[in-house]
Amino acid sequence: MNRTVSRVVVVAGVGAGVLVARRMTTRQLGGGAARVAPDRWHTVTVNRPPEEVAPAGRLPEPLARLGDTVEVQIRPAPGGRGTELAARPRTSAPSGLRGAVARAAGNDPRQAVRTALRQAKQLAETGEVLEPDTPPTSRRTLRNLPLELATRRARGEGRL
Amino acid sequence: MRALVWEGVNEVAVEQVSDPRIQNRQDAILRVKLSSVCGSDLHQLSGYIPFMRAGDVIGHEFMGEIVEVGPDVGRHQVGDRVVVCSVIACGRCWYCEQGLFSCCDNGNTNPAITESMWGYHPAGIFGYSHAMGGFKGSHAEYVRLPFADQIAFPIPDGVDDMTALFASDSAPTGWMGADLGGVQSGDVVAVWGCGAVGQMAARAAMLLGAERVIVIDRFDYRLEMAEREIGAEVVNYERTDVDAELRERTGGRGPDVCIEAIGMEAHTPGLTYRYEQAKQQLRLETDRPHALRQAILACRKAGTVFVLGVFAGMVDKFPMGAVMNKGLTLRSAQQHGERYIPMLLDRMARGELKTAHLATHPMSLDEGPRGYDLFKNKKDGCVRSVFQPSA
Repeated sequence: MNRTVSRVVVVAGVGAGVLVARRMTTRQLGGGAARVAPDRWHTVTVNRPPEEVAPAGRLPEPLARLGDTVEVQIRPAPGGRGTELAARPRTSAPSGLRGAVARAAGNDPRQAVRTALRQAKQLAETGEVLEPDTPPTSRRTLRNLPLELATRRARGEGRL
Repeated sequence: MRALVWEGVNEVAVEQVSDPRIQNRQDAILRVKLSSVCGSDLHQLSGYIPFMRAGDVIGHEFMGEIVEVGPDVGRHQVGDRVVVCSVIACGRCWYCEQGLFSCCDNGNTNPAITESMWGYHPAGIFGYSHAMGGFKGSHAEYVRLPFADQIAFPIPDGVDDMTALFASDSAPTGWMGADLGGVQSGDVVAVWGCGAVGQMAARAAMLLGAERVIVIDRFDYRLEMAEREIGAEVVNYERTDVDAELRERTGGRGPDVCIEAIGMEAHTPGLTYRYEQAKQQLRLETDRPHALRQAILACRKAGTVFVLGVFAGMVDKFPMGAVMNKGLTLRSAQQHGERYIPMLLDRMARGELKTAHLATHPMSLDEGPRGYDLFKNKKDGCVRSVFQPSA
């Protein structure tokens, strides 16, 4: 089943208000049948008003650098709690073994989206992206390799 | 520079590691004057926090002198004597604005690890594993301070270094337990654990108006210290039935507020301890919650249990029925230190909050392995080993 959903996103306080109208992409699901479902949005809430997060409708960095590879929604958070910033890749993320390899190699498109969202939020709230201590520890060991890999991808992974 | 590093389970050593440097414009570099061990280090030391790498610098309770500032540091200058909160928080996200600094959205550079474990990531913490950002700890000659304007606090004249040291972690942690536990005038408060955090929680409860404060531990030297230095009533759980004792001392009601300051490696007499230890070592449960269970059962109806002790994962046989049917409030947090430190330093300056007695074993950084041995194995009356990296 092909399903398309139109969604209108309103950014309060930015000029005329209506900023983004997007058609959600679809992705193929496994299991043989030609089923498709919308990709899930990755979302952060930025503790700044929408007009600061996206002045004149311009996407914040580094999200803007992802260009047409992502869809983006910006909307005010309830209760005056800032701005909800959502994004998702236009291309489907690989699944199964291919997906695991892509994640380990840093090639899963969702990783770039998560990293960009986290960094955009940090830049808007604090003015910089906090760097991890470098070098992360005083030496590398074989036993620590999985943790080393996990921390290298830490901003691109997680539940975001 | 020299630093005390985690080498593996129950193994620490003093090594040469690279000097920290300014990496962000809001960073500062601190020359560490004093750095204390903490009970929560022992969970890392024992291997119960599986996110350590050999060579990680540990330690998170510290004070010192600022020796370098990044271009966007506005509140501090080179030469300032400061105490630093163990929790790395940005001060500007929604959580920080609510005073919930240990829930900061921007202080942890490895968010995926704890998001996967706990749903959302907390703030970063110095020297506290890669799950908490992998920031190098304070048992070192120098340490990088991210968001320096937010996490470092000038020490008032008249407050000596050793007193101010404990404004970094144990005093604000203890204060938070009493404050967010809702201690009110006339309350009876029970505190499980008589280390530095437990003693600070007991003192905070008194300053917030509690009429009686009872601390529970098994080491007489710690109980005697709490009695002498804090003025708390004491219970040795190896010599009495804690539940019955608390019932008797509270007119049958139970304590209004119960503060758990022990965490995931709780000890208990008898077979229960062996059973829980075996389960923990087999990873059938990650945390031993005996003291927490006891606090929940002992607490009066509609009372509050505040968990200050560090837990990391899953506990077994959690008395949810007691929480629900007695109408308890259960709260917890890593410390929101930035919320309390200026006030605590003022109280220290006024002599209301004494902490220097906690530093039972000051020593050089080179004696670090001995300091942890004394602390972990409760030798020689050790409450806290405090390292002097600059000495």
